[in-house]
Amino acid sequence: MLTPSYVAQQVINALNIGSIYALVAIGLTVVYGILRLINFAHGDMMTVGAYVALAALTALAMPAVAALLIAMLVVSALGIVIERLAYRPLRGAPEVAMLITSLAISSLIQNGATMTLTAQPRPVRLPAELTQRISALGLSFAVMDVIIIALAIALMVALTLFVQRTTLGIAMRACSENVRVTQLMGIDVNRVIAVAFAISAGLAAAAGVLWTGKFGIVDPFTGFLPGLKAFVAAVIGGIGNIPGAMLGGYLLGFAEVFFVAFMPPEVSGYRDAFVFVLLLIVLLVRPSGLLGAREVNRA
Amino acid sequence: MLSVQNLHVYYGRIHALKGISLEVNAGEIVALIGSNGAGKTTTLATLSGLLRPREGHIYFEGRDLTRLPAHQIVRLGVVHCPEGRQVFARLTVTENLRLAAAHRTDRKNVARDLEYVHQLFPILAERRNQHAGTLSGGEQQMLAIGRAIMSRPRLLLLDEPSLGLAPMVVETIFRVIGSLRQHGVTILLVEQNAYRALQLADRAYVMETGYIKASGLSQVLADDPAVKAAYLGG
Repeated sequence: MLTPSYVAQQVINALNIGSIYALVAIGLTVVYGILRLINFAHGDMMTVGAYVALAALTALAMPAVAALLIAMLVVSALGIVIERLAYRPLRGAPEVAMLITSLAISSLIQNGATMTLTAQPRPVRLPAELTQRISALGLSFAVMDVIIIALAIALMVALTLFVQRTTLGIAMRACSENVRVTQLMGIDVNRVIAVAFAISAGLAAAAGVLWTGKFGIVDPFTGFLPGLKAFVAAVIGGIGNIPGAMLGGYLLGFAEVFFVAFMPPEVSGYRDAFVFVLLLIVLLVRPSGLLGAREVNRA
Repeated sequence: MLSVQNLHVYYGRIHALKGISLEVNAGEIVALIGSNGAGKTTTLATLSGLLRPREGHIYFEGRDLTRLPAHQIVRLGVVHCPEGRQVFARLTVTENLRLAAAHRTDRKNVARDLEYVHQLFPILAERRNQHAGTLSGGEQQMLAIGRAIMSRPRLLLLDEPSLGLAPMVVETIFRVIGSLRQHGVTILLVEQNAYRALQLADRAYVMETGYIKASGLSQVLADDPAVKAAYLGG
């Protein structure tokens, strides 16, 4: 059972799931870092992204790459609209008001999708070149598996460069330390926050497209569970910290896949419970997450 | 240059500023002194747009700033260097400086201002790639002032620049404030060190519990028995 190729197969699997969790977790962490908002509607951005891509792929017969880009663009725009209409009016209100608002938005999207698109899961038929399997070194994997990992890593590299190098990226990091003082630098923080929401939602859309590409199905609640898991990943890594979200995403992917792969079948059904136990353990040992150590600020 | 008329500011139900009026002329250093809780920091925060007055007006070169968002006030040349330094601890020294100049379009002058900041505070050039959180208190204050310079101030609102610093650093900071004036920057200075503030400033306002209690030329105020007793230690 525990042949090298079986283990390698599981590693590929874990990298797949972990990549997706990481993408979703980054979006949560970016927004949390600036607004201290735990965005419960974040997983639903995955769902919307998946539906948009599906529509582009089938109704508009677009190539897969175009469908992905359209999904990211549409959902980024949706993220900006939601921030403008739902969260900006609550700026300065207690944080719990924004949190409840995000629950409302999540509920709105899930129920809106159920009403208009029905709760019936829709099969996603990928173009043949994506489902093709490659066999090499005794391993067998779909082209899609490689694409998921490569695309996720490319997006994370791009985001890291953006946040580290560009003025807007510096402004985002400054906002996550102190929004008030960032204004005093002549920075329009509303613009920075809008960009953060656009990035957050766009990454979630990409993750949603990859997720449905992998599992071949989409319904109005597709994003719910991975959204919740990504929250766990972000907290494990240290919420507000982008590298932490990446680390947390991959850790969670590995923990989950290995739990199912190497535990007896009787317990593997407890996968999701195991994830949350893992969260509790990490938080007991490191309450601010793995990379979320409070920085020392000498005054 | 700056004209503040009858400013009333509240924190919730607390009436923090009760009708403040003051003037700052181009080229002046004006000090705002008074004990803790008098409303000095609140006044600066209102001028820079962080707080909204319930009543009153703020005019900068004839323009009404009263309802402008904070980032636009900076772009007009009113730059607020806040109390407690407030540098971005997880950004590097260079990133802190770069951020403050991000709204400017005059690239050439930005480069020149950066050189000027490095010349005023050579230690910042040395530590350019360090996180601001690793700097000492004095270095952070230098960075805070350097950051304000990078925003190209015409009127600089400077809040407690010497608070909690070693005497030698205080000397450096006050020397730089003097040199900024030479460069044509007008300065409104809030200081708990009233003695030093009156030495440096042309004029001063004395605040107490949300009111302006006295105002006048610095030398005159420094000799005023009431001011002496209350703020200069007799």
